Amino acid sequence: MTTVATDVAPPDARKAGRYVYGAAVFLLCAWVLVPLYFLLINTLSSPESVNTFPKAFIPEFDLGSLLFFASFAGMLDALKNSILVALLTMVLSIVVGAPAGYALSRFEFRGKELFRMLILLTRAFPLPLLALPLAVMFIRTGLDDTVIGLAMVHTTLAVPFAVLITFSLFSGIPLELEEAAWTLGCTRLTAFTKVVLPLILPGITASAIFAFVISWNEVFAAAVLTIENRTLTAFLLTNLETSPLHLKFAGGFILVVPALIFIFAVRKYLFAMWGIANR
Amino acid sequence: MAEIQIKNVAKQFGEYQALHDINLTIADQEFMVLLGASGCGKSTLLRIICGLETATTGEVWIGGRRVDHLAPKDRGISMVFQNYAVFPHLTVFENIGFGLRMQKMSNDEVKRRVERTATLMHIEQLLQRYSGELSGGQRQRVAVARALAMEPDVILMDEPLSNLDALLRMEMRAELKGVLAESKTTAIYVTHDQVEAMSMADRISVMHEGKIVQAASPIEVYRNPAAEFVASFIGNPPMNFLNATPAGDGKWSVAGNVVDGPRANGPLQFAIRPEDMQLSDAGLTATAKVVEPLGAHLLVTCELDGKMFRAVLDSDLTVNPGDALTLAPQADRVRWFDPGTTLAVA
Amino acid sequence: MSARYLPYILILPVTLFLCIFFLYPFVLVAQQAFSTGNGFTLDNFRNVTGHWKFPISLKNTLLLAAAVVPVQVVLALLMATMVSRMKKGRDMVLYIWTIPLGISDLAAGIIWLAIFEQSGFLNSMLSGLGVIDKPANLLTYQNPWIVFVAIALAEIWRATAIMLVILVAGIGLIPREYYEAAEVFGASPWKRFMRITLPLLRPSLSTALVIRVILAFEVFAVVQAIGGTLFPVLMSETFNYQFELLNGGAAAAIALIILAISIGFTVMILRLLRVPKGATI
Repeated sequence: MTTVATDVAPPDARKAGRYVYGAAVFLLCAWVLVPLYFLLINTLSSPESVNTFPKAFIPEFDLGSLLFFASFAGMLDALKNSILVALLTMVLSIVVGAPAGYALSRFEFRGKELFRMLILLTRAFPLPLLALPLAVMFIRTGLDDTVIGLAMVHTTLAVPFAVLITFSLFSGIPLELEEAAWTLGCTRLTAFTKVVLPLILPGITASAIFAFVISWNEVFAAAVLTIENRTLTAFLLTNLETSPLHLKFAGGFILVVPALIFIFAVRKYLFAMWGIANR
Repeated sequence: MAEIQIKNVAKQFGEYQALHDINLTIADQEFMVLLGASGCGKSTLLRIICGLETATTGEVWIGGRRVDHLAPKDRGISMVFQNYAVFPHLTVFENIGFGLRMQKMSNDEVKRRVERTATLMHIEQLLQRYSGELSGGQRQRVAVARALAMEPDVILMDEPLSNLDALLRMEMRAELKGVLAESKTTAIYVTHDQVEAMSMADRISVMHEGKIVQAASPIEVYRNPAAEFVASFIGNPPMNFLNATPAGDGKWSVAGNVVDGPRANGPLQFAIRPEDMQLSDAGLTATAKVVEPLGAHLLVTCELDGKMFRAVLDSDLTVNPGDALTLAPQADRVRWFDPGTTLAVA
Repeated sequence: MSARYLPYILILPVTLFLCIFFLYPFVLVAQQAFSTGNGFTLDNFRNVTGHWKFPISLKNTLLLAAAVVPVQVVLALLMATMVSRMKKGRDMVLYIWTIPLGISDLAAGIIWLAIFEQSGFLNSMLSGLGVIDKPANLLTYQNPWIVFVAIALAEIWRATAIMLVILVAGIGLIPREYYEAAEVFGASPWKRFMRITLPLLRPSLSTALVIRVILAFEVFAVVQAIGGTLFPVLMSETFNYQFELLNGGAAAAIALIILAISIGFTVMILRLLRVPKGATI
């Protein structure tokens, strides 16, 4: 019996094993955090020290780079556009996606499998590529270079996730609760608003935040579909070759911060989301 | 006044016929139990009465009003669910008052009714708690209180006790029976537990493969099962069956004995409950295989005529596996079934 | 009546959305790729594949995927199993490990640029240790391998988290009794991992791989931020055709090629990791 063997292994060996395990966890944490720390150092340094050598490994808490970022022509507008597009994407993907998630979890209907296939299919394609033909279509319809047009493309990226996440959330609410509400005087709608919605709200928020992050981080479609009204990612990308280092770093930092906060906010749902989305 | 009439109700799920042409009338204030194994259609029937499921054909009438086209909320019913369905985001008070609030009842009236039903179900000290802070038994009480607070014409219950442990189930069984009798509502209760059915029901509808096989009082279902299925489903251990061949003139040959029986063309099934036999000098001779002393009595599983044959005997007797037992059936408890139709023969 | 149509009403918005912004653009992209203005033609493909940069960018994309994806699978599996037996601090460690999930590829590229650029942290560290005395410019065309390694590291750093999340969720679905049963039968931890975790994780593994491989063929902003034009990949070629050369047909043609490779790999992964019906948890 090997299990017994491991249990009675000499205490030294077990101690060493635990030490290796702890060290590995620590190293992997460092692997994620240290590069972020470097970005932080660069962001909180004056433009001069960003470009000097060798680098200090402690931030000097100088807001020079960030101020330069804020005063760079078009940057604040790009930031505003990014936020607007992400907010719109968030609202659109929930409004459009959640009803479908509910339908998938509550009804058996003809064509359900086909619909599921359509949703899953979107994940098997490099979606940002679709921005190319959409660019032509948008020029024809006047949606080109608008916040709403880009938000719609970003919604296409985010909505399959919204459907799958809300599907898993709704499936977590027993149908019995809704049925009980119906027998207690509720219509389908009031049962939904009085029973299902309060229970599901935190999860919906999480999936909305996820949609926000998807849009906030998207680069390719944003760069293809906007010209005057660049989002932050598009602006940074198209100016990569010409912009000084401290601008890139400050921009990267501004890109990272909200994402960090949001992932922290939805961390509880991250795994539940994917556990179901797997199937 | 709420008599329930179910007229020619059938339900089809795709290819599968869940219910075949059900006809049943449940009197006002009657406690009707729908009893059957899982998949027999009892829950489907209840859900059709409730309005959670739509019948493929047929009509449902409650209190002289046809309701099968109405939403559940408009049928004058309330329901207790198998998993209680206590809303987790509301307190016990708000759970019990949920339906009353939907009817836009005044705060005072809601409070009065909630407190009264809570007291009735002995949960008045739990009113400010949430579902997550309650035990299974307490949740069960909240679910019943919530249904009763509506003061419905009909209360429907779908295996409400099946998730409780044995002791609690016995306690709730008696309490539920008392509370429902007092509330004077008509009740339909779905269960697969024959003890629950026997102990609570005014009448039992035994269901099998989407049909009602027998609808009668518990004692009638037990003593005079209308079909072989009922005989083998009700009673623990179930009824014994032996092949009987005609021996002329109302006499039947059963495992080598000649017994009086109905005048019919054979063959028939001879049936006797294990508890309706005694050790005797003359009768059916069986070989004991397994002896189970159950305290109150002795359950002996024998072999007879190549079949399993059980007898419930006095616990003072000493029986060993391999013993030959001579068992005398009580003549007035013997029942006969037609093996072709599986129905009882008088 | 209304209950019958309700599900269709509920899925209508998404379906419309995906038809307009997902299916229809595919038709458009195909149309664009197979025409130059006068009827069906393969000219765009001939143009694109005939260009001297195409084999390089194709090779770069595939090479990058081949270097990055296996490392990520191993790393994600390792992290997922480490987390699954963790008791104290599990939430904290998981949060830290999933941080890159919220970081855009562009930001990831910029972060690793901070390490590899001439006055960056790698050079600073090396000079601090006395290995070099003046900063070397690492990201140039003379050092294609350093560029490649920097991009690969950035990709591994950024996109392992998505696999980790899927695998942790997948491991969470495996009932604990299986491990206990295996332990009773005498399976060592390594055997338990090989015989229980891996086979039962197949659905999650294939989801993770599909998503990851598709992302690998879409790699773009990381490459732009670190390598600029030093390291052409398929997606950056698409971008160039669209913007620098203003040749929509050629861009569409490359897009279709990326699509075809993605679909090919997706089908292959799904085939290889298929779970027989009835053998699921």
